[in-house]
Amino acid sequence: MDNHSENHTQHSHGYGVYVLVWLALMALTGITVAVAGINFGRITVATALTIASIKTYLVLTIFMHLRTESKTFRVFVGVALLFLIISFVLLFTDYSFIVRN
Amino acid sequence: MSNENILSNNGNDVSYLEYKGKHTGILGWLLSTDHKRIGLLYLISLSIFLIVGVTFGFLMRLELLTPGRTIMDPQTYNSIFTLHGVIMIFLFVVPGLPAVFGNFFLPILIGARDVAFPRLNLLSWYLYVVGGLLAILSILLPGGPADTGWTFYIPYSVRTNTNVIPALFAAFILGFSSILTGVNFVTTVHRLRAPGMDWFKMPLSVWSLYATAWVQILATPIIGITLLLVAIERVFGVGLFDPALGGDPVLYQHLFWIYSHPAVYIMILPAMGVVSEIIPVFAHRTIFGYKFIAMSSIAIALFGSLVWAHHMFTAGMSDTGQLIFSLLTMIVAIPSAIKVFNWVATLYKGSIDLQPPMLYVLAFIFQFSIGGLTGIMQGVLSVDIQVHDTSFIVAHFHYVMFGGTGFGFFAALHYWFPKMFGKMYNVKLAKRVFWAMFVGFNTLYFPMFIMGWLGMPRRYYDYLPEYQIYHVISTIGSWILVSALFLMFGNFIYALFKGAKVTEKNVWGGETLEWQIATPPIHENFIDIPVVTESPYQYKDNELVLQTQEAK
Amino acid sequence: MSVQHTAAAHIHRDDVASRMGMWLFLFTELLLFGGMFILYSVYRFTHPEDFHLAAKELNTVIGTFNTAILLTSSLTMALSIAAIQRKQKTLSIIFQLLTIVLALGFMVNKYFEWGAKFHHGIYPGSETLLSKPSGEILFFGLYYVMTGLHGLHVIIGVVIIAFMTVFTMRDVITHDNYVKLESAGLYWHLVDIIWIFLFPLFYLIT
Repeated sequence: MDNHSENHTQHSHGYGVYVLVWLALMALTGITVAVAGINFGRITVATALTIASIKTYLVLTIFMHLRTESKTFRVFVGVALLFLIISFVLLFTDYSFIVRN
Repeated sequence: MSNENILSNNGNDVSYLEYKGKHTGILGWLLSTDHKRIGLLYLISLSIFLIVGVTFGFLMRLELLTPGRTIMDPQTYNSIFTLHGVIMIFLFVVPGLPAVFGNFFLPILIGARDVAFPRLNLLSWYLYVVGGLLAILSILLPGGPADTGWTFYIPYSVRTNTNVIPALFAAFILGFSSILTGVNFVTTVHRLRAPGMDWFKMPLSVWSLYATAWVQILATPIIGITLLLVAIERVFGVGLFDPALGGDPVLYQHLFWIYSHPAVYIMILPAMGVVSEIIPVFAHRTIFGYKFIAMSSIAIALFGSLVWAHHMFTAGMSDTGQLIFSLLTMIVAIPSAIKVFNWVATLYKGSIDLQPPMLYVLAFIFQFSIGGLTGIMQGVLSVDIQVHDTSFIVAHFHYVMFGGTGFGFFAALHYWFPKMFGKMYNVKLAKRVFWAMFVGFNTLYFPMFIMGWLGMPRRYYDYLPEYQIYHVISTIGSWILVSALFLMFGNFIYALFKGAKVTEKNVWGGETLEWQIATPPIHENFIDIPVVTESPYQYKDNELVLQTQEAK
Repeated sequence: MSVQHTAAAHIHRDDVASRMGMWLFLFTELLLFGGMFILYSVYRFTHPEDFHLAAKELNTVIGTFNTAILLTSSLTMALSIAAIQRKQKTLSIIFQLLTIVLALGFMVNKYFEWGAKFHHGIYPGSETLLSKPSGEILFFGLYYVMTGLHGLHVIIGVVIIAFMTVFTMRDVITHDNYVKLESAGLYWHLVDIIWIFLFPLFYLIT
């Protein structure tokens, strides 16, 4: 069991950090709901998605301990997100330029 | 995790075939978490499905011998080609090399005792079996086997009254099995490499299995959900794809190919790994461009995810979309070409020993090149409109899937068989069977290029008399090919029971870790975990090579 | 290649590998939902007006309330891991049970929400729905499938966390071996992330 300690990386965020993140998440939810009432026109979706992304970032880094995890894990998450984003982008190279029916 | 491995130090020198664990007899196999036994479970089940798939293909060819009805009615023919596709793709080619040889050799090649999650590995096999049984069930249930083609295109797949749902769930469960294998392999490669084995000391087949595993993890869920949505649409009448409910059938095709094109690379990448493994051994040379081959596996996995819509050029995409996907398709040829050039460069000035594995590998390079280059032809928009949905396409993907992956699978089988079972097959017969296979394969599929170019549509039951000559040649090819397959399996089965015993560690003079352990391997692979100090494939001044050369 | 051999083989527990496996599995979950988000984005792009009209029929209050519940359950889940790390077994169990209660609360809300829609005749294949424009049919199709599949994940999560609670009680999960609880947590947070996107996309586009 030589590298026992290496395999048990502790992710000791304090209780306080988690509660703070939770408060931030709740606040962001409030903001999204409030903003949704205002008609921003085209950027409504963008606003909603940006706020959702910030919330996701908080959950990933703090609740899911990605911040204290090794670099490999962060690269992994990047690869997965990249794949998803590529799918969206390439799909819309078709849909942005066509009206079917 | 690998709890079984910690305890058992007794029986350290017993081969995995004779090892007695907690369970004995058949349960010792069905409940074993030993990656080698799971590999063999896969080998047996895959072979069974291969035989079923080949039978359907054989019947299809027989039906096409003459125009009009030869041996079956059109509805049966539709079901037969659907089943041929579903079984071959989902039950043989996709799991093929990773599940059998990946399971058996990946841990050994990186100097590990097992995969990272042995029990999950066994679960994958059970899921595979359940998926396979569901596929068979879809044939037997009333309603008749699915007749949609393996692509399950909307709207026909929500309208037909055949057993589409069991077939969809079969594919869904098989996908899940594939994902779990991928999760296992990625984790294994990251966490269980032997001391000293850094990334660029890994054998090339490990690289290709690693790249494959990533595609399995990332792309498979998309088809999983797509097929699930089709099932939901069928059962509950939810509006998702069906144009009658406002849906967009082309979107279904997009989602289907977002997985199914990368899946093509799940199929071919491991075969490329096997080729990279075998060539240096039988050319007695260090592989040329190790890093390029390793990186091209990753590049193929990456670029392969960008090109899916080239399957849909005639489906009604936007012009811009078509242009972009056509361009991207050209790019994916680069990493494949890098591999081929490096293989050929390794052969150059090598001392080539034409043993059966090498013969299959050379055929792989030949056939894969034809398959790959005709693929690029179809990536060109104008050509694609001419050849789309003709037997040209059928020829193309059989050259890649069978001429490539299939031959890669056979190469791997001939290469590792003595190590896996400690028995040797009849080498002379194997060489002859290879030639029959090679001739049969090309006779079967090459005429399809010609008639496809002339306009013979694929999936058609009937055809104009002018195409008959090509169909006859093709069908004769299928007879040669099937005979060769019979002989090959016969050779292996005979060898299992009566073949010459092999106890030599290194039958072929290989330089990777599997050739340094007992034949057949012991339960835990390594008595002591090796420390790796050199790159693989160092053939210069190698005594082992000289010894085996003299022994022959 | 030439190799030397080291003595004393040992395979130890590898928590990093367990977490890595879990993350990789989560990617497949992410892409599973990703496929549906692709569907959503395309249909929303092709039927913007219908989607706006249809979204008006969803109850923003219930949606917001459920979002708060799920975010809080994520907090309690994270806290339960923090607690076990600090050897506070009882506290950890309490947090896990709280997570389960919140998750069940989410499902009860969901039940009433779906129930109300069914009551108004909006369900797959209903005449009311089929008489609407095709964009609305697609919207509700996606609504039922995506929130339904998400709900299924919540139920699976409840079962998993329940197992974890039992494990914690029986000291299978302890302060120096809590990787199972951590993996369950990762899964639970992913379910939360999916909802973080589902919520604005379905409830807030009126």
